[in-house]
Amino acid sequence: MNSLAKPRMWERFFWPVFAAAALLALWHYSVRWTGTKVFPSPLSVEKGIVQLFHKHLLWADIGDSLRRVALGFGAAVIVAVPLGLFLGWSPTTNQVVNPVLQILRPISPIAWIPVAIIFFGVGDHPAIFLVFLASFFPIVVACVSGVSSVPPNLRSAGRNFGLSAPRLLMRVIFPAALPQILVGLRIALGIAWLVVVAAEMIAVDSGLGYLVIDSRNSGKRYDLVVAAMLMIGIIGLALDISIRSIERFKSVRWGFRNAS
Amino acid sequence: MSLAEVITKSSGDGQKLKLEHLHMVYGQGAESVPVLEDVNLEVSDGEFVCIVGPSGCGKSTLLNVMAGFLPATGGTVTIDGEVVSGPDSRRILVFQERGVFPWLTVEGNIGFGLAKLSREERRQRIAHYVQAVRLQGFEHAYPSDLSGGMKQRLQVARALAVNPDILYLDEPFGALDFVTRVIMRGELHRIWQTERRTILFVTHDIDEAVQLADRVVVLSSRPARIQDILTIDIHHPRNISSPRYLELRDELLKQIGLAYEI
Amino acid sequence: MKLPARFRPVLFIVLLLVGWQVAIDRHPGQILPGPIAVAGGIVDLLRHGILFKYIVASLFRVTWGFSLAALLAIPLGLMLGWFQRGEMAFYPLIQIFRPISPLAWIPIAILWFGVGDSAAIFLIFVGCFFPMLLIAMSAVRNIPSIYINAGRNFGLSSSEFVTRVLYPAVIPQLLVGLRITLGIAWLVVVAAEMISVNSGLGFLIVDARNAGNRYDLVVAGMVIIGVIGLLLDLAMRSLENVKSFHWSSSEE
Repeated sequence: MNSLAKPRMWERFFWPVFAAAALLALWHYSVRWTGTKVFPSPLSVEKGIVQLFHKHLLWADIGDSLRRVALGFGAAVIVAVPLGLFLGWSPTTNQVVNPVLQILRPISPIAWIPVAIIFFGVGDHPAIFLVFLASFFPIVVACVSGVSSVPPNLRSAGRNFGLSAPRLLMRVIFPAALPQILVGLRIALGIAWLVVVAAEMIAVDSGLGYLVIDSRNSGKRYDLVVAAMLMIGIIGLALDISIRSIERFKSVRWGFRNAS
Repeated sequence: MSLAEVITKSSGDGQKLKLEHLHMVYGQGAESVPVLEDVNLEVSDGEFVCIVGPSGCGKSTLLNVMAGFLPATGGTVTIDGEVVSGPDSRRILVFQERGVFPWLTVEGNIGFGLAKLSREERRQRIAHYVQAVRLQGFEHAYPSDLSGGMKQRLQVARALAVNPDILYLDEPFGALDFVTRVIMRGELHRIWQTERRTILFVTHDIDEAVQLADRVVVLSSRPARIQDILTIDIHHPRNISSPRYLELRDELLKQIGLAYEI
Repeated sequence: MKLPARFRPVLFIVLLLVGWQVAIDRHPGQILPGPIAVAGGIVDLLRHGILFKYIVASLFRVTWGFSLAALLAIPLGLMLGWFQRGEMAFYPLIQIFRPISPLAWIPIAILWFGVGDSAAIFLIFVGCFFPMLLIAMSAVRNIPSIYINAGRNFGLSSSEFVTRVLYPAVIPQLLVGLRITLGIAWLVVVAAEMISVNSGLGFLIVDARNAGNRYDLVVAGMVIIGVIGLLLDLAMRSLENVKSFHWSSSEE
């Protein structure tokens, strides 16, 4: 698609490594040249990571963040998928409920913190609630969209074979909508990860987000700050890759044939 | 019912399907569009009837009403004396495209309507119809691995597997290329010879109608009424260059109002 | 009910509000305000002239952060998407940076920009930059090769090609991407304001609670945030409809 020749196999590994190395070099030398006393160099970040691992701090924080995501995201799936399927199934209900969702959706989950604290107190629970809230909307949207884009012939075929409405939903509509639902889940998981980190920076005192803020506040340990940020990025990426692997299952792969 | 009984079900006697004063109107009041007007038809058991007509005349609507997907505005559709009031697995519709379930394998699709059978019966039925439509070797393939023609064959197999009284086909070969279409016609005919069902086949292809049908129903343009019914009195296998074939074909073309000289 | 379809959602919202108010009345001493109190809060904010000031402040930051991100990310993304090697090189890096919540950049933002507007704008920039980059890359990658071959066939020069084939082909997707990213920017600005500045709707929420537990103002702020976010989204959608009219009608 571009003006140059087709890249070879080895280039698939070479270029990313090259770019990463270039970035690291740029980072390293900028720190040197600007003579900054505070901003960490790549080496000090690496040392910071090792330090955190040895102190077992990192594992505990990672565990806390993942746990909150699991609970909040899991709860969102349980509530949002049936609701989304129902709204997609019944356009009249969707027309009534949708405006409410559209007003609630742009409210940053972080803005819900004061309200969340009223209901849930401090600690884990408000964070889990925020993750739930943030994951809820993309899942509902994806389910509604998935259901309404089921080809009408498939619905008719299902009815033709004598399926009652609940059976139709289970055996035709849901499998047909599943690829889109999975895309929604993947997006929601990405958002959940962003939100849990943000929530931990404000309302909780454990987890990767808290680690970022705390490292700065107690001693301006920017090496730990950047180390924590890298861990957040890597784990977020790992989460995305794992949920993408579900897309390879045979019974949904048909919906992703053209996905990159 | 044993498999043998299922296959040889039709005994070719009497009336299967009856349309009486069928009216169909879309919309209401000032915006209403009459689509079908006073359609009357009788189809015998085991007959192969083609429905042709100009584009947009309401052929598909007629089929959908007969299958029970659309309620008629007036008149009745009766099958075996029973009035049609909704979709039913005794009369299966084969769609032009996007009719197979993409998340199920070939076996899964064919077995879709067989949930009430025992495991062994299901297996037998599926195997039989895989053979019947010549999809052996593809039992575990997914529709995304199949060609257009194969997907249509899959739909036919899935439809036949539930042992319907009537098979409705809505321009089933319309999305296929010419060569595949010709091959599929042969396949459908072969299957029909073995598993005699009543078939109603909508097509815009005149040749297809003359090649396959016992009778051809010609619909007028909208609002559609039955303009004429031609009986194709040629024995199978039909030679598409025989004088009688050409005669019937020309007659149909004339009915539709198409010039047959270019 | 024979109510016209347009009014049904309004009725639903009214029912919810009534239910909310009743629930509050049933629990006196409850900190959470009811809708009537919230409405009173909004009026309060209007009367003190704070509401518009804060809305403008938030919009100001969003505009800056969003525009800077778009100006940088779109050309860069188009280029990277066009050159396969560029994409190969940077895709993994982008995928690592993207899941890092913009808020996690706060310590660095404060380090580089101090506390204040610039830091908040930087956070919005970071939040918008990576998604926009990916969308621009994807938009270029998805240009049907038919268009490209046609451009070559007609002997277009490079600059003509960019203006007459590339740009029109990517605009619809870019507009959708901009709308989504604008939504992200709005979420980030509120969060950023809760932490690092002293004006804006996010700040309103934190301040209202800290300075006297004015939860009516907290929830009023939330409602306004929701409404403005929705308006921004609708505005972007109407822009999409104007432009994409020409393109999407040609598809299928």
